[in-house]
Amino acid sequence: MIRWLIGAIGLSVVASSALAADPIDIRVGYLGQAGIKSKLSLAEQPSENDGIAGARLAIEDNNTTGKFLNQRFYLEEVRLKDGEDVAKAATALADRNGIIIADLAADALLKAADALRDRKTVLLNSGAIDDRLREQDCRANVIHVAPTRSMLADALAQYLVWKQWKRWLLVVGSHEADKLYADALRRAATRFGAKIVQEKVFEDTGGARRTDSGVTLIQRQMPVFTQGAPAYDVLVAADESEVFASYLPYRTWDPRPIAGSAGLVPTSWDAAHDQWGAIQIQNRFVKLNSRRMTARDMQAWTAGRMIGEATSRTNSGDPKSVFDFLKKPDFSVAAFKGQRLTLRDWNLQLRQPILLVDGRMVVSVSPQEGFLHQYSELDTLGVDRPETKCKLN
Amino acid sequence: MWRRCLLSGMAVWLAATSPALAFVAYVSNEKSNTVSVIDTDKWAVTHTIKVGQRPRGIEFTKNGKFVLVAVGDDDKIEVIDTATHQVVDSLPSGPDPELFTQDAAGKLLYVANENDNTVTIIDLEKRVRLGDIQVGVEPEGMALSPDGKILINTSETTNMAHFIDTATREIVANVLVDARPRYAEFKRDSSELWVSSEIGGTVSILDPAKRTITGKIEFNIPGLRREAIQPVGIGITKDGKTAFIALGPANRVAVVDATTHKVTKYLLVGQRVWHMAFTPDEKYLLVTNGVSNDVSVIDVSAQKVIKTIQVGELPWGITFAQP
Repeated sequence: MIRWLIGAIGLSVVASSALAADPIDIRVGYLGQAGIKSKLSLAEQPSENDGIAGARLAIEDNNTTGKFLNQRFYLEEVRLKDGEDVAKAATALADRNGIIIADLAADALLKAADALRDRKTVLLNSGAIDDRLREQDCRANVIHVAPTRSMLADALAQYLVWKQWKRWLLVVGSHEADKLYADALRRAATRFGAKIVQEKVFEDTGGARRTDSGVTLIQRQMPVFTQGAPAYDVLVAADESEVFASYLPYRTWDPRPIAGSAGLVPTSWDAAHDQWGAIQIQNRFVKLNSRRMTARDMQAWTAGRMIGEATSRTNSGDPKSVFDFLKKPDFSVAAFKGQRLTLRDWNLQLRQPILLVDGRMVVSVSPQEGFLHQYSELDTLGVDRPETKCKLN
Repeated sequence: MWRRCLLSGMAVWLAATSPALAFVAYVSNEKSNTVSVIDTDKWAVTHTIKVGQRPRGIEFTKNGKFVLVAVGDDDKIEVIDTATHQVVDSLPSGPDPELFTQDAAGKLLYVANENDNTVTIIDLEKRVRLGDIQVGVEPEGMALSPDGKILINTSETTNMAHFIDTATREIVANVLVDARPRYAEFKRDSSELWVSSEIGGTVSILDPAKRTITGKIEFNIPGLRREAIQPVGIGITKDGKTAFIALGPANRVAVVDATTHKVTKYLLVGQRVWHMAFTPDEKYLLVTNGVSNDVSVIDVSAQKVIKTIQVGELPWGITFAQP
């Protein structure tokens, strides 16, 4: 009932916004999944509002700017439960909001995008890192704010190669997402001149992540699991499913650093990042949400900020003008990464530097110096224009 | 040149009693929590002063007796006595002060507080906070119009230059500029206001009366990617004819014909060049190089870098006493 009321108010405001004195109302939907995936480390356990909290900060920032432009931003949050119809939920949300920040898994995102294909609704993907969403499964109505797996893998590979850790022991989990990450890591090794000396699969045999006597067992398992590997410089783990990677540091048979899903991790954001004015958004985020900011939060904030950038520059809340502005070749957004972020016109992926973090500090930021590109060094990360399989429209 | 010879001659002559006839610059070192004092006669650091955490914005008081330095991580502005080179007092600013500006009489200080979207007004004599003005997200650049009537504040995430009436302390206009506006500077005759946009990579020229953008300076350095060109500090000569713009990680200072707004030259300086200050005679321009931990000295008329002076870690702001 209340939803319909909001919708009605929305309509009446849209109708009267032609009058100069009326504020422009910009309604943004947030479509996410309910329930949080469990992490191996209790310290890394995401909060219930992971992601949404970043969108909320973006809306607050946009409203501060909006005060001076007579623009008002509203956020409507919808969380899908398991088995809920994503197309239906996306359509209902799009009835009331012209722009949607989507923090969904790949298949759900495609369903939402296809359900909204014939509308003017703009979708900003803040959660899914799957390359296929920007390649063979790309959609003309989706802008990708989250980096791809291949961007993350390339960012890590550049650093490892710069460090002269070129011999990798690759350990891959047994789930689909782990295999996709391993594909991206293999591609990165080939591109940047690293060698995978051996691959091992870590089978997920089930079991609880938290047990009372866990450490004793793990301490025996991990050395044995990594025993007998050919000479290697770094163990690279592909474990998006959070089954084993965090158990590896300090427990390998040979004393070697860990990277990938544990140890040195490539990510779009980290609570430790304080360069390039980032301390300011970190402080604002903590003040608003009473916790530290994650990569998911930052991706949602960036999506929200892109919307604010578009509405302030175009002086319009119309989704089509927002979309057109974001797709313009000279569009750029500032997001505390030391340089402007722009969109790849061939698949609407946001170019961005990737942080390499160890859980306490930012170790480095890729692209690394010396990895050159004729257009933008950020295009040394991920699938580049000549290799793309994406055909928009 | 003549003046420099004379000055250095006198300096030797009077060495025992008054060695300080040369100009003196104060440089804030963001990482080492110090302020370096540079003697332009020796082109060397003569004193290093310990200050609070994360010193950035730095400026002489109008009477030349003190240097104010914003120590952001201590949420205050410290006052250095230039006679003793000691921190003697501190001023109450809002949280995380970064850049500030003073009125002509040296009575009021306007401070940009990055953390709570405000500009704070401080009474310098009474050393109390008079009030706050709500501005956009992440306020940074501060400039007063030459007649003192309009205060400019730039907000880095809102991407605006806010025009504040200093009499009413109300915002009277907001002008959108390119991304991450960091620094604002008026021409002395009030004909133009320049605002640098670090991430946008441009300097906007504004008409202060009409409060609109009338032009934009863009930079194009062969062999350098566009993302590396990040304008920050701006210096305009008193006659309004020549400007210098620090381009951050491009490691260059652009020389701009301030009448035509065309870039005439790029001077190679140290790494991540931030801010700048002219010697009072305008013969030299000193720029701080954040990553290479030094200050480059530019000969203004020759438009050449003539010297590099090692200072503390991550030098950021710089100020000269006006004679």
